[in-house]
Amino acid sequence: MKIIVCIKQVPDSEAKVVAADGKASWGDAPLVINPFDEYAVEGALQQKEAQGGEVIALCLGPETAKEALKHALAMGSDSAILVSDPALGAVDSQGAAKLLAAAIPKIGGVEMVVFGRQTLDDGTGLTIAQTARVLGWPLLSFAGAIKVDGGKATVERVFEEGKQTISASLPAVVSVVQSIGEPRYPSFMGIRKASKAVIPQWSLADLGVTAPTPVVTRAALDNPPSRDVTCEIITGETPAQIAEALAEKILAEKVL
Amino acid sequence: MKTWVYIDHFNGEVVPASWEALGVGKSFGPVSALVFGKGVDAVAQAAFEFGADEVIVADDAALADFRAEAFAATLTALAAASAPDLILLPTTTRTRELSAMSAIDLNTGVLVDVTVLEDNGGQILATRPVYEGKLLEKTVCAAKPQFVTLRARAFPKPAREAGRSGALSKAAAQTAALTSVEGYTASESSVNLADASVVIAGGRGVSNNPSLGLDEKATAEKGFQIVGELASVLGGAVGATRAVVDAGFIPYAHQVGQTGKVVSPDLYIGVGVSGAIQHIVGMRTAKLIVAVNKDAEAPIFKVARYGVVGDLFQVLPALTEAFKKKLGK
Amino acid sequence: MDFSLSTEHEMTQKMVRDFAQKEIAPVIKEYDRKQEPVPTSLKRMGELGILGLCFPVRYGGQGMDYVSLGLACEELEAVDTHLRVAMSVHTGLCSMTLFQWGTEEQKEKFLTELASGKKLGCGAFTEPGCGSDVSAVQTSAKRDGDFYILNGEKMWISLASKADYAMVVARTNPDAKKPSAGLSSFLVDLHSEGVKTGDLHGKLGVRAGSTGWISFSDVKVPVANRIGEEGEGFKITMAGFDHGRYTVASGATGLIRASRDVSVKYALERRTFGKMIGEHQLVQQKIAQMMQDYEIARMLYLKVGWLKNMGERSTLATSYAKKFATEASFNAANEAIQIHGAYGFSDEYDAERYLRNSKGAVIYEGSSEIQTLIQAGYALGFREDKPLRCELPAYDEAFWNE
Repeated sequence: MKIIVCIKQVPDSEAKVVAADGKASWGDAPLVINPFDEYAVEGALQQKEAQGGEVIALCLGPETAKEALKHALAMGSDSAILVSDPALGAVDSQGAAKLLAAAIPKIGGVEMVVFGRQTLDDGTGLTIAQTARVLGWPLLSFAGAIKVDGGKATVERVFEEGKQTISASLPAVVSVVQSIGEPRYPSFMGIRKASKAVIPQWSLADLGVTAPTPVVTRAALDNPPSRDVTCEIITGETPAQIAEALAEKILAEKVL
Repeated sequence: MKTWVYIDHFNGEVVPASWEALGVGKSFGPVSALVFGKGVDAVAQAAFEFGADEVIVADDAALADFRAEAFAATLTALAAASAPDLILLPTTTRTRELSAMSAIDLNTGVLVDVTVLEDNGGQILATRPVYEGKLLEKTVCAAKPQFVTLRARAFPKPAREAGRSGALSKAAAQTAALTSVEGYTASESSVNLADASVVIAGGRGVSNNPSLGLDEKATAEKGFQIVGELASVLGGAVGATRAVVDAGFIPYAHQVGQTGKVVSPDLYIGVGVSGAIQHIVGMRTAKLIVAVNKDAEAPIFKVARYGVVGDLFQVLPALTEAFKKKLGK
Repeated sequence: MDFSLSTEHEMTQKMVRDFAQKEIAPVIKEYDRKQEPVPTSLKRMGELGILGLCFPVRYGGQGMDYVSLGLACEELEAVDTHLRVAMSVHTGLCSMTLFQWGTEEQKEKFLTELASGKKLGCGAFTEPGCGSDVSAVQTSAKRDGDFYILNGEKMWISLASKADYAMVVARTNPDAKKPSAGLSSFLVDLHSEGVKTGDLHGKLGVRAGSTGWISFSDVKVPVANRIGEEGEGFKITMAGFDHGRYTVASGATGLIRASRDVSVKYALERRTFGKMIGEHQLVQQKIAQMMQDYEIARMLYLKVGWLKNMGERSTLATSYAKKFATEASFNAANEAIQIHGAYGFSDEYDAERYLRNSKGAVIYEGSSEIQTLIQAGYALGFREDKPLRCELPAYDEAFWNE
């Protein structure tokens, strides 16, 4: 089975991100593979192990995103492709979906496209469903487990109200959640392979498309108003006294 | 502005944020509510009672289960025919897919997980948290209809007016779907953190308290029982940090933070929660944050309005008692 | 000159860091407090290939270079010393010694088992009556046909009760003119008849690791398990210390970093006299010292890794790195506690564990005093690097990955 795993590069979660001149900046904090996409790579590799085949990591982003692709390679992906073009400015979710949906047929013979459930940057969580829509493929979302049998994929969908078993015939787009399993560490063999890998870069011309015009655009990017909280420490002689005083304070805030 | 509000429900159980969306829609004038499903008369009636002027129902066996392709096609067909300016939805796993797909069909965009919404002469300026809530982004959608999904509890819930009614119209369902639903099991715990107005979250301190002389598992059991008692007196839900979820002391459904749920209750009480950034990003928009921790230096006190430096196993039961008295329970 | 790490090195660093942070950091306090080994550490390090990181793939290793070994040790000890100790004894003292001195048959048979993590190794040199003075070893090995018969006792042996093999130095010729010339090295199967092992308790530090003793009572060791020639034991042991000390030095560098990190974090959180304690100059001074020491220690060990990659002897460079990093890690942990004030004195915070863990390395694998003598010895011309019959093979990427 030929599986594509779509990944993104995001600032490390520990990074202090601030807005400056309408742009996000995270100082010299490292960029990493989006943590949820590591689960996607894990899910894709599990399928490869169960079914045979290959895993191709696909990323839409600037050239620096090759580092994130290298992580996917080191985890065990067979190859990687970066879609990048200087003509691409801000790309909204529809635009990203259209670009991915152009790259996927170009790879050819793909039976499953795996995404992480969300990205920790300014992502919208829409691209997954939109890619499926543009491709006209079924969407099996929030999969906590995936089983493929004879051209049909069955997943356990984990959502607010519980779990569903849903199925669709391949090719399909799948998004995964954490219960797919902890992402494996890169192997040393994988690390050596990844560090030597020359990752092909596909331009808009390679995909035969023009830069999509964004429909959704950013009007402003701001730092949240600083919540100037000073913590008032409630003290008392006994737990009962402390509790009494704290309950008074909470009730006075009229939040209950 | 021609405004539609999509009422999201699961087997007839409406996601409360749908009513919040209805309230927002009403502020722009008359509102049509959309109800898709099978046997959804009660949902349609509730939509009237929460303020819908018109309810458009697509009632079809093919819509019994949420399947994004069929729901999106139904919505697309309706919107293509009536050209609304604005379609509001609560943010849920379902509506994200529904709006995403329908926006592709209609060549428009979705403003997601919005916490503040302004009307700029028919164009919506929507604010949403990005980078795990570290920044706020204002976005606009250049095409119509503008899809906007609203974050739960970011907007007030309108009052329900029993017996209120309005124009009910039936719409045709688009039934082609690419997926089949083969089974369903309900969540083991019926916790719905996103909609809770009070969240009491337990962290490592709930399982780690050597003075009790119990092992971690037994400590956690007792600890979460105490947390649960307070939550039940305040009508709230029990949350947890990743550490205690990973340790297996409480199911994942309770996890608040980066890899769990984002909550913005009116009151959040963190007990034995140190306040790692991964947890803070999941609760920092709570209206009132209270922390109980043995460690006076715990970072959670930096975001809390009130704090108690002490043993949660002593403070919490006392707090539960105090609220019982004060709330007359 | 190029000071940058390769992508391969950076990814290795991140992978080892993620492992230690995700799997060990959350439980280390609990086990350290209970004074019990973390049950998963060795198994996972074996499975993930960390224990065999720097050996050729043909011998069951992971095909990385010697710099990677140092980087891994830094990451491991930044979380807990017991992880790095496993690298010192299994990888450094046992496997690398075998890689340097073993015959092709020995490498194929034993190194493959050790480097792949299927079997665990340790180094058994110290005895109740001798530590740094290896030439005074009492354990005896008497030739008897195709076997040697070992008798004696080894003390303060890390992984004694966990390891499958021990690299043992024993006296084969009690009549040798120079006592050091009467020693030979053996890779002893610790499951052999007559071997007993046990754990030592009540250690100041590395409480989540395993340290113990091994006793040999008429243990039959096949001649095929002798490493090197008869009489080469002292040289082999000393060469092995070069490898062990490299892991100790790089690990201690990680401990300096850990002390620095908790200090910086605390200095930005804690307020006294109306300001963050990080604004107090005396706190800044302590932190600046840690920054500087970390940088120096790191450069020293990376140079050793580079020398090893080049196939050059690194005894002196290793001695600098080991002495500097272990002493600096002790000081850094000590100052980290000071910065934490009374909280530093409690095991709620990590600093006190860092201090307890740092002390051992100033003593073992050649105490600071021994390192001083080595360094002075080179300066005064009392010591020089004579060619060895077997050198540690230089890193050769093609050969390593075949």
